[in-house]
Amino acid sequence: MRERWMDASPDAEERQEQQFHVWLSGKNITFENSEAEAAYKDRVTLIKDAIQLKKTPARIPISPSAGHFPIEYAGISWHDAMYDYDKLAYAWEKFHVDFAPDTFSTPRTIVPGKALDMLDFNLYQWAGHGLREHQEYQFVEGEYMKAEEYQALIDDPTGFFLTVYFPRIFGALTPLAKMPLLPPVHEIPMVPPALMPFGMEDVKAAFKKLSDGGDEVTAWLSAVGQVSASIMGKGYPSSAAGLTKAPFDVIGDSLRGTRGVLMDMFRHPDELLEACERITPFMIKCGVASCKAAGHIIPFIPLHKGADGFMSDEQFKTFYWPSLRKLIIGLIDAGIVPQLFAEGGYNQRLEAICDIPKGKTVWWFDTTDMARAKETVGTVSCIAGNVPLDLLCTGTPDDVKDYCKKLIDTAGKDGGFILSSGAGIQGSRAENVKAMIDFSKEYGVYR
Amino acid sequence: MSDSLVDAMSTMREQEALAIARVLLDGDEDPLKILDDCSKAMEIVGKRFEEETYFLPELMLAGDMLKQISEMVKPKLHGEATSGKRGKVLMGTVEGDIHDIGKDIVTFLLEVNGFEVRDIGIDVPPGTFVDEIKAFQPQVVGMSGLLTLAYDSMKRTVREHAGADAFGKDAMEGIALAKKWIGA
Repeated sequence: MRERWMDASPDAEERQEQQFHVWLSGKNITFENSEAEAAYKDRVTLIKDAIQLKKTPARIPISPSAGHFPIEYAGISWHDAMYDYDKLAYAWEKFHVDFAPDTFSTPRTIVPGKALDMLDFNLYQWAGHGLREHQEYQFVEGEYMKAEEYQALIDDPTGFFLTVYFPRIFGALTPLAKMPLLPPVHEIPMVPPALMPFGMEDVKAAFKKLSDGGDEVTAWLSAVGQVSASIMGKGYPSSAAGLTKAPFDVIGDSLRGTRGVLMDMFRHPDELLEACERITPFMIKCGVASCKAAGHIIPFIPLHKGADGFMSDEQFKTFYWPSLRKLIIGLIDAGIVPQLFAEGGYNQRLEAICDIPKGKTVWWFDTTDMARAKETVGTVSCIAGNVPLDLLCTGTPDDVKDYCKKLIDTAGKDGGFILSSGAGIQGSRAENVKAMIDFSKEYGVYR
Repeated sequence: MSDSLVDAMSTMREQEALAIARVLLDGDEDPLKILDDCSKAMEIVGKRFEEETYFLPELMLAGDMLKQISEMVKPKLHGEATSGKRGKVLMGTVEGDIHDIGKDIVTFLLEVNGFEVRDIGIDVPPGTFVDEIKAFQPQVVGMSGLLTLAYDSMKRTVREHAGADAFGKDAMEGIALAKKWIGA
């Protein structure tokens, strides 16, 4: 089989430049006034310069991840945020207006509860569905794919998701187990058997629920789309848009679970590696398509199981990195900029992850040593991070300023840096968030 | 023969470890001796985890091998007394948080290190912690949490800011703290 995504294509540079050009133009945004438009363009330029590593930006872009903080800050409940889209929109606008970071964090991670209810989604629990009113949604770890099912996934990822995985994670979609295989439907006698399930009452009911869920998502999208347009119209570009994941995490997080996937490295190493390879093109397409839909060029890629402590360096280089690297190259080939969010620590991985094309990615770190990150992966990639959550939650504004100063002096030296929080800032003290943003905007000017 | 059980388990050769345990058991080896070998292997695994030559995958596989061999041996055990424990630790994930992996890792390492652990699960309200503490009388109470909201729950459970005597950055720190406090 032909090896793909080993090296970036020769026109990747040009494509990235075109993509930046479109993003910078803000052509689909209705700006409040010319100052807002100028502010938007200045901010995109700061980010572009930080990413491309060709010149030092005018100042360090300040782009904390709002996470779920706007919900707490506006004093609404999690249940409100997921079920009352006007309240969600109000909370989001309030956060951005009151704190004025350089970028806008999308509210699209606060998903519509009603749509999930209709489908009886059981991969997560949320306020009103297993959790109390003020609790944030949480993943329910489990073994949603059995070890014996690797081959079925490898043979037909789409069919496996549709007929095996969806009936497990959506209670209302159990009848999808009856969906036909699609490649055989290509001769006249094969049409009736393929249509047969669609005439069954339980299958019809499942499709009706999907349709209702789709309507609910349309209503939600309209609300989050409006508030996003309003915030961007005030001059704030979105920090990222779209989402994709490392192939190993697709298998490890939501199919096999942490215990399953980590033990599969011993028990089913070949199948695990083959499954990661099979999932890779899907995750590349997902990153490209979700960016395109949002008119953006930076997809968010949360990284989980490859963090320090989760596996050895050798295991990382064998199981985690090769398919992640292909994902990165595949996205770069499309001209978009993968934003890799290394949750936890990545101190042991800093050398391995340097093997990427220069000026094409953002590596956003949580608890990683930023001075070392600057010396290593910082030579080939923009780095972002990492005001610690514990400091934002329990420290004082002076503690936060001290941290930001040191961070800017080390990681921010000569550009290639975006100042951000170590993770979504939920639980932070408002005065600490303000201190982080205001201080860094002023101190982060390159002179 | 039993050296090779320790060796197979501690170097992650699962099939071999299970086969050796089966042969030993069929050959009328003392079941307690087999379990003792498992403990020796687990100690090696714990030590390598501490030294950062082993990571979570080895910890989880070793735990699973131990479980399988224990189940194999169980029918041949006749209520023999278990060896003395180092001390008692109560473990739970605080109210509002439903994550269990971190708690399970610490629980596992505490057990490997000879502690008697009662695990009271996830999303545990303060009142339940108190009831369980009264009933179990542990020397150490471990509270786990992944989300930032866990800070507030911990405060409510222990009543002052963190209120805790210490915070373990990772599992090994947690074990060292428990040993220090119990003086074991």
